[in-house]
Amino acid sequence: MDIQTQLLCYHCGDLCLTENLKQEDKNFCCSGCLNVYSILSNGGLNNYYKLNQHPGASQDKAIGRFGYLDNVEIAAKLIHYSDSQKTTITFYIPSIHCSSCIWLLEHLNTIDSAIQENRVDFLKKQVYIQFNPQQTSLKNIAELLTNIGYEPLISLQDVVNSDVAKKDKLIPKIAVAGFCFGNAMLLSFPAYFGLSASDAQFGKAFSLLSLLFCLPAVFYSGWDYFKRAHQSLKQKNLNIDFPLALGIAVLLIRTLSDFTFNTGEGFADSLTGLVFFLLIGKFVQQKTYHHLSFERDYRSFFPVAVDVLDEDGNTKPVALENLKEGDRILVKSQEIIPADAILLKGDALIDFSFVTGESQAVDKVLGEIIYAGGRQTTGSLELEVVKPVSQSYLTGLWNNEAFQKINSNKTKTFVNQISHYFSLVLLILATSALLFWLPQNWQTGLNAFTAILIIACPCALALSTPFTMGAALSIFDKNKFYLKNTDIVEQLAAIDTIVFDKTGTVTQSEGNSISFQGELNQEEKEIIYSICKNSIHPLSRKICGFLNNIKTVKVYGYQEHIGSGITAFCDDKKVLIGNANLIVDGKSIITNAPQVHVSIAGKYLGYFEIRQKVRSGLQEILNQLNHTYRTFLISGDKLQNSSVLNNCFKNNEDLYFNQSPQNKLDFINNKQQQNNKVLMLGDGLNDAGALKQSNVGIAVTDNINNFTPGSDAILDGQSLTFLPNFLSFAKSTVKIIHLSFCIAVCYNIVGISFAIQGELSPLIAAILMPVSTITIIAFTSFATHFSAKKHKLKP
Amino acid sequence: MTIIFFLIACSVLLALLFLGAFFWAHNSGQNKDLYTPSVRILFDDELREENEEEKKPQI
Repeated sequence: MDIQTQLLCYHCGDLCLTENLKQEDKNFCCSGCLNVYSILSNGGLNNYYKLNQHPGASQDKAIGRFGYLDNVEIAAKLIHYSDSQKTTITFYIPSIHCSSCIWLLEHLNTIDSAIQENRVDFLKKQVYIQFNPQQTSLKNIAELLTNIGYEPLISLQDVVNSDVAKKDKLIPKIAVAGFCFGNAMLLSFPAYFGLSASDAQFGKAFSLLSLLFCLPAVFYSGWDYFKRAHQSLKQKNLNIDFPLALGIAVLLIRTLSDFTFNTGEGFADSLTGLVFFLLIGKFVQQKTYHHLSFERDYRSFFPVAVDVLDEDGNTKPVALENLKEGDRILVKSQEIIPADAILLKGDALIDFSFVTGESQAVDKVLGEIIYAGGRQTTGSLELEVVKPVSQSYLTGLWNNEAFQKINSNKTKTFVNQISHYFSLVLLILATSALLFWLPQNWQTGLNAFTAILIIACPCALALSTPFTMGAALSIFDKNKFYLKNTDIVEQLAAIDTIVFDKTGTVTQSEGNSISFQGELNQEEKEIIYSICKNSIHPLSRKICGFLNNIKTVKVYGYQEHIGSGITAFCDDKKVLIGNANLIVDGKSIITNAPQVHVSIAGKYLGYFEIRQKVRSGLQEILNQLNHTYRTFLISGDKLQNSSVLNNCFKNNEDLYFNQSPQNKLDFINNKQQQNNKVLMLGDGLNDAGALKQSNVGIAVTDNINNFTPGSDAILDGQSLTFLPNFLSFAKSTVKIIHLSFCIAVCYNIVGISFAIQGELSPLIAAILMPVSTITIIAFTSFATHFSAKKHKLKP
Repeated sequence: MTIIFFLIACSVLLALLFLGAFFWAHNSGQNKDLYTPSVRILFDDELREENEEEKKPQI
């Protein structure tokens, strides 16, 4: 074997398959990358390449047609603000990934002077652009971004900037609560250290001031607790907010009465501290992934607009929802077919893997109906729409009942289960203390009643879940496993059955493994490579990638026969590359994997076999999972490759093939009827129903910005090997919550033993509450990180 | 000792001022993007170096 030096593309760092794309001794993998480089170097933006090595994203598959942005109606939905001098817009650009990206995107005006201002938000992968609409247009800006390798993802569903409003409101509330807490605490100190009789006037003034600080803490920062407690009372299920709201209310009333009747210092510092800590807990729990969206539906998968042909043969972009029956549409290579349509013209080879789970591209003949959601892989097509988008086969999935109900198939969380009983016990205890003291001394009785409600206010309980889950979430996040919210961790811990989807989940959607059955010498390889290089058929591209960067020889008489293969001549030798029908003596051996046969100068050499690649490490994951879980494979694919997969699963009966999306959903439902808690791993639209129906639906994806329907979590394909660790870590997280609950109960018992005698002083409350809170926070954070280390999720 | 009332009034006023400043910063969007500015500040330095290099020959 000759040694090949690996050439890496100067722009994106991918392996170069040819040496032909060169500029200033820099190699490029594709003309797209070369293009980007020349635009940038002409614009004097070479700094881009100095900040990082290979900063660009591969331009190999870049498409991007923005004709529809000239359509005023569509543009109006995207633009924030527009007048004659300036227009502002925010684009979402998935390929933002390094500091070079920020630098380049903020120097756009050196390329296009019409851009007045632009700012990148790195974490949200958004760029805000302000430009002069008289000098350029929205379409030009989008095309400029695409040309330099930053194609904006334009979708009408993901409204940019709308997802952060919720968390934003919490921060001012925390600020106010913190302000009140700090001041009230300072003012309480003199009372705790004891004031002499001559300073009694100060004591009164300090109490009044601290009382004033309580008011914004309760009525602004803590008001949500009252609202939610009211809701829980209406539903007749006492959730954690009920005892919390009760505690806050009793604290405020006690402080008020202590002040008016001059009976004590009041609990102002405990009250403000409680609200402050509770809100901090809430903040920790709310983790937002700005770059992810768990609720994207089919609309984000489809393009915003399609090219419609009118009678004269001119194309005009039309917004997707305005597409009518009978419209003639033009679909170019790599575009998605937006509606069920009849094929009128063109060579259709359509990849339905996302919609049906079938991994092989399907040939369609003229006059056949093509369902929406398929991706055209070669050439452009002309189609006639038979059903509008909203009624297509694909959208029908969304009308399934699994999408209508909300979370009814999820188990109740630990805190929800326990807080109902907790509240009842608390009320009974407080009332019986009141009744016990009432005959002797009604004042002590009232004291004991309020003291119990104050001290047992489940601050520590309310904080244990957010802090544990917050820590767990950030550990999952570091391992590229993104959870929709903290409840999912508890759902994960309860799982006993795991269902895998095949295409795209256990097999990789890209990067198939190719092998050649037969013998090829170097010269023959060169001939095949030189011929396949001319074709854009996906199989030819794969063969080129397989033979990878070798010398090319001269070929002539190149002819591509649609649906069968290529003929060409090289040194008077006739070369045939294609399916078994093209090559006369080639015999197709039935393996259900695509084959490309080769014959040179009438001599049959053998065939390339293209198999789907099973994700690495799958065997080990399943071996680990099979100990504790029932595992199933469910696939929309034809029966194939089963020898590899059979080894992974316990029985052959656990593998299901030829399953429609509805079958998958029913299968999950069936398992749930048998009281199983089901985890579903899937990727495509075809799994959407099953993902939604399952207790936890994880979308496995190689590109996080992909559309992830109905999923509770998004898992990066590379991290699939950690799945067993994730599951056991989720289990230990739940154990940590149980333990911290025990600690909280211990503190409560100590506190109640004081309170029940009617002897709770503000000082004891002021010490006990922060101490218990800090113990819980320290314990949960430490224990979570320790258990993450144990499960190898943290170095 | 009554000076304490004045001092407390001052401290509360000061604290309110800071709270107000925080609200202003929050509402003007300063907390919206906490990452990008940290990268951006490094670019400015590099550009300045370049400009200096350009200026040198002129001198």
